[in-house]
Parts: sequence; structure tokens; C-alpha cells
Amino acid sequence: MPKIEALTGNDAVAYAMKQINPDVVAAYPITPQTSLMEKFAEYVADGEIDTELVLVESEHSAMSATVGASSAGARAMTATSSQGFALMWEIVYITSGLRLPIVMPLVNRALSAPLNIHCDHSDAMGGRDSGWIQLWSENAQEAYDNMIQAIRIAEDPDVLLPVLVNLDGFIISHGVENITLYDDEKVKKFVGEYKPKHYLLDAKNPITVGLLDLPDFYFEHRRQMADAMENSPKAIAKVAEEFKKEFGTPYGFVEPYKMDGAEIAIIGLGSTMGTLRLIIDEYRGKGIKAGALKMRVFRPFPKDYLIRAMKGLKACAVIDRSDSLNGISGPLYTDVQSALYRESTVPVVNYIYGLGGRDVTLAELRGIVEDLIRISRSGKIERPVTYLGVRE
Amino acid sequence: MSKQPGWKEIPIGGMVIGKGLARKYKTGSWKSFKPVWHKDICIQCLFCWYVCPDFAVPLDKDGKMCGFDYDFCKGCGLCAKICPTKPNKAITMEKE
Repeated sequence: MPKIEALTGNDAVAYAMKQINPDVVAAYPITPQTSLMEKFAEYVADGEIDTELVLVESEHSAMSATVGASSAGARAMTATSSQGFALMWEIVYITSGLRLPIVMPLVNRALSAPLNIHCDHSDAMGGRDSGWIQLWSENAQEAYDNMIQAIRIAEDPDVLLPVLVNLDGFIISHGVENITLYDDEKVKKFVGEYKPKHYLLDAKNPITVGLLDLPDFYFEHRRQMADAMENSPKAIAKVAEEFKKEFGTPYGFVEPYKMDGAEIAIIGLGSTMGTLRLIIDEYRGKGIKAGALKMRVFRPFPKDYLIRAMKGLKACAVIDRSDSLNGISGPLYTDVQSALYRESTVPVVNYIYGLGGRDVTLAELRGIVEDLIRISRSGKIERPVTYLGVRE
Repeated sequence: MSKQPGWKEIPIGGMVIGKGLARKYKTGSWKSFKPVWHKDICIQCLFCWYVCPDFAVPLDKDGKMCGFDYDFCKGCGLCAKICPTKPNKAITMEKE
């Protein structure tokens, strides 16, 4: 029987990792990820699992050790936040390039400088073109569920790409929620045993990894990665379907909230989408046809699902908890706009919010809905990008 | 030149499957200088054989230096550098 426990998001992810029982985990502390690996280290120290826990001297080493273990044939994991992910950058690209199905929780935190330990999504956005699949969580339950599904997605023979499981720093990682934890045996059965086709410790079938790839082959290997990313939606959908059958909760690419007959909608990632439900309910109560679209999968970018979900809208807002600093807009907005090109003429505006853990208030979210009501009536965009909650 | 395989035909991730495959990749084409052996000066000290990083100094059945394997010599010049004969070296580097 599944049990319900009050846990932080980090505890919930550590619990998922305990149930997955990876062969090798490399760990290096960084706020707000630290308590995740501390919890996991407890499970190892208490002998509850037989994972080889490697304590390394940096995140660059953590990802490198994970790559080494995975190449050798192990199911290997690590976890990080912010600067840790930034320091891993070189190996982050090597992980996907070597096609290693490594799963890594990323406890989202702002990037320096100025130094800040609180939530925003700039760390994950730094890896958006790295060939990693990105799953996003609204709460601790989703972080736990995403971890279990991520293993299967990454290891699918048609995918073999690493997966990042995002959860908002502090808001999810340190907030305590009631979480439904599934039976160990059921999770174990669901994730199955990792059986790589080729691995370094297979002495009878030797391979070489990480070779120099000159102009005559590099391009072909990158083309294979594009193909894997294009194939991944099939695996993500299949795993979600089996997850629903086994554990009861449905997961999609874009989760609609009150989108039936919606005329205005807000698209975003992470925990703010939970807060937004209150505001949507409030406006629905007033007869305003408002809805929300939560992006659970950000890479691969679920273009078709999004276009379908946005049918019938008269105005839409994309909220970005990071800034591209590209002189145009936030990163999610850019992707949504390019997905909609030639598919829809709905006016879409961008709000950049919550940088460095700045609280996003109900009043500010109400302001977005009010803007959208105005835009849906006039069809005119007065201000494409708004910095929400910044002091003038 | 034979047609190279397409992206669907090769192992993923730049992985190479099998063993001893370095033999098939003739790195000798990389060199811009090649070592030339002067048999009459050579004292058979085998320093060149010892320092060659690519096993491109083969020995004959009597264990003696007998020239170079240009398929795998990258032209690094270590053999010429270490060659101890004086005043003329038994190995000199020449432009390819």
C-alpha cells in the first residue's frame, strides 16, 4: 500500500533515489540541493541501500564521476543547483554527447552574480540546448513522480539521453508537503534493471568511448542526438501511461488547468503554476474564461501539444522565472513564440518574475490576468515584456 | 575514396565497438615531417624504438631497427631528437 508522509521536496527526491537504488551516486553539496544528498547519504550509511556513494571535490568532478560510472555500465546519478550546474557545464554536454542515460535532480536556484541562493530558473535555462531532456515539477509530489519516470525515459533504447528533473529551490526543496510514497517493490519493478547494450566493463565485448571525433564523423553523431530528442516524446508518453496505470497519476507534456473554453491563459514552469490555480479559480468565479498551461516537459519542447492547448485563446502570457538577457525576452517566451509562428496569431506577452527568489504575490498574478483581459478585448499589445515585481 | 557511413549506420555517442581498431585508422597521414633512417650511421642502440609513442619503429626478426612504419608515424621527431650518433645523426627529419 502506498503511504502518505509529510516530507520536503528534497526528502521526496532522496526517497525516490533510495527506491531506485542506483549503482553509483556522486555527491557535492550546494544550497539548496545539500539536504537532498544528506538524506540520501543517510540511507547509504544506514545500509538501507547498496549504492556506491562517491564524495567528490566539486560538481565538475561529480558529473565526471557519474559519466565514468555510467560508461562503465552503472546506473549513476548526482544532483546539484545553480553554480554547481554551471561548473558542470563542460561535462553536462559530454553526458548527452556520450548518450549516457543519467538522471539528475536540479534544485533550481539563481546564478551568480550577485550571489544569491534563492529560487529562479536561470540555472536550468543554461542547459536548455545541452541535449538533456528537462522535466519540471510544480510540487514535491511531482518531483518524486518525475524522478521515477525519468529513469525509464533516459534509458529507453530509442532515447538514451540524460534527464534533468527540475524542482524550485526552497519553495519545493524545503517546503513540507504530504506526499504519497509508493511501495518499494512497485517502484523497483517500474524502473527495472539497467541493462546497457554496450559498456566499458563488458570485457568480452570491448568498446572505446570518448574518442576524438573529427569533421568526418562529429556531424553524424550530433545528428543522432537530434533524432533521439525527436524520438523522446514517444518514450515520455509511454512511460507516463504506464506510470498512470501503476501509480494512478496522469502526466502529460503540458498540463492544462481550466482550459475548457478558456479565452486567456498563462503559461509557465514550476511552483508558481500552483499559486496561479488560486487566481484562475478566482477569475473563473467572476465569469472570466481564464486558464493555465503548465509546461511539465520543456526539452523536448512540446510544440504540437502547446499549439493544440492554445486553440481558441484570445490572449496569452508566458511567465519566465529567468531572463535570457538577449535584448528581446525571457527564454520560455522565445520558445513559445517560435512554436506559434505561422500556427497562431494570438497575442502573447511576457512577464519576467521572481528572479533571485523574489516573492511573486497573488496581486501581481491578478495584474497579469487583468492585462490579458484588456489585450483579449483590444487585440493590442502595449508592452510585450514586463519585469513583474521589480522596484522602479 | 569509399563512401563514409551515414548517421543511421554508425554507433551512437562516438562509441567504437570492437578491439584493436586503431590499426585501421592510419594516423601516418597527419605528419608534415617524416623521419629518415641512415642505415650506415645507425649503431642499433634502439633508443628510437624505445621513445616512439606510436610503435612506428618496427624491429626485424633479430630485434634490430629496420626503418619506420609510415602508416602510423605522426612525424613527432622524438626518434631523431634522441638519436645519439655524432657528428651525424642516424635519423633526420625531412619535409613530407
